[in-house]
Amino acid sequence: MATEFIASGERCLLAVYGRGIDEQVNERVHRMAALLRRHGNPAIEAVVGSYCTLAVHYNPLRSGFAEVAALLTDLEKELVTTTAAPARTVDIPVCYGGAFGPDLDFVASHCRMSEEQVIACHSKPAYRIYTIGFAPGFCYLGGLDEGLHTPRLESPRQKVAAGSVGIAGNQTGVYPLDSPGGWRLIGRTPLRLFAPERQQPLLYEAGDLIRFRPISESEYLTLAEEERR
Amino acid sequence: MSDALRIISPGPCTTVQDLGRFHAMHLGVPVSGVMDDYAATFANRLVGNDPGAAVLEMTLAGASFTALAACDIAITGAAMGPRLNGRPVEQWVSLPLAPGDVVEMGGAENGCRAYLAIGGGFDVAPLLGSRSTYLGGKCGGFQGRMLAAGDVLRRLEAPLLPRPKRLPWYPIYPETIVVEAIPGPHHPYFGAALEGFFSTVFTVSAQCNRMGIRLDGGKVQRDPGAPESILSEPVVPGNVQIPAGGQPIILLKEQTVGGYTAIATVISSDLWRLGQAKPGDRLRFSRVDVDSGQRLLRQWVEFLATPLPC
Repeated sequence: MATEFIASGERCLLAVYGRGIDEQVNERVHRMAALLRRHGNPAIEAVVGSYCTLAVHYNPLRSGFAEVAALLTDLEKELVTTTAAPARTVDIPVCYGGAFGPDLDFVASHCRMSEEQVIACHSKPAYRIYTIGFAPGFCYLGGLDEGLHTPRLESPRQKVAAGSVGIAGNQTGVYPLDSPGGWRLIGRTPLRLFAPERQQPLLYEAGDLIRFRPISESEYLTLAEEERR
Repeated sequence: MSDALRIISPGPCTTVQDLGRFHAMHLGVPVSGVMDDYAATFANRLVGNDPGAAVLEMTLAGASFTALAACDIAITGAAMGPRLNGRPVEQWVSLPLAPGDVVEMGGAENGCRAYLAIGGGFDVAPLLGSRSTYLGGKCGGFQGRMLAAGDVLRRLEAPLLPRPKRLPWYPIYPETIVVEAIPGPHHPYFGAALEGFFSTVFTVSAQCNRMGIRLDGGKVQRDPGAPESILSEPVVPGNVQIPAGGQPIILLKEQTVGGYTAIATVISSDLWRLGQAKPGDRLRFSRVDVDSGQRLLRQWVEFLATPLPC
């Protein structure tokens, strides 16, 4: 489909590159985001990509809506003439089960698998980060194996620890901060996903792939200790 | 750089804010920042600060505090009857404090949020380019939280520049608020309801905070076949979302993506009016197009920079 440009107020333009959860559409969104950031146009203040939509925050005192749309149309041509760099894969170590994954047994029995099979199945794919939002560093991931789909908790927990890895319906993800939550928890990563004081506050960006790597409890404790330093 | 104020009682929701954090939305970190840029900007100008200096935002009732050093402050925004050592003082003026002075404020008598600026600006560590508190993320501002009794706030040193002593005017916040809004981004889902939306007088509900304002008094119907929710996509402050029940929610400062369709978007030069909206106020949207919204923004930027006699 042709790109659609929609106003979200007087200083944000939404460029819509397709519909639905589609890897190619999403790749286009995040490549355009990268191109725009590199382009460094002084009228462009911020760029945020999601599943199929790119939000371009601009300063109307410098450029109008039509000029921003024209800039995007122009840059889009570069997508055809250049090839996409292969998506980066970010490794997230996870200690599955036990105190870190109190719902692993539930997920296993719901999915008619052993706990080991759930771990193998969950840590196999490279999950695409379609978008980041809801909370700092929270990833909307695609690609959870159908065999692992499990309904949420009937009533959410008051507090889920930062780093917890969970499944909710057809989604999987990691809680970047302590928060209430209703996902079935199967493990936890010792990494601090969102560390605003770090040069790179997040370990990944939208458009990257995430792979969960099973680790032992002692590896977890070692890595957690390193993260504290 | 130096201790400036000690909080005696903070009021129900007092936070450190500046004009916002605009470059971390792609990390899932929302803009945050003052809910009323009008009052916050002039508070800063009255103490000779850059408009982007960090101020205190006080919601529904003000703080009481002791001055720990000689400093200039200005209190603007909602009328909260400030008293200096027990004696009533004006808002929208530059107010010199001596060490040991006690300032006490009451509940909002007009409007919802008051702002307190201090010469030099409040000194908290910038996070991702801003000193604003992001309550939902428990980061930024003063330890990522609302102020509490006993907190000591520091200020940055600043040269004494000529500054206006008072603002020659100040706004009265009406109980019937009109804001200009641009249809969209999802107005095609509300073809039949759009006209009605712009003529409805809504009521600000009790669910009203820095994340958003839920409105009562008039449900907005989506067209038959239009989806109740969409794949999460980026949102902006001012988006008027229509969730499944049809009661509009105006998104404000603490959200980066949303999964509901938005019928209209309040222009940024009118967001301050929403910062002064309190539960029970009436609210109506007036329709403008993108070009008019941009013209109004230009005028707004000029207004905030109005030359004032020093």
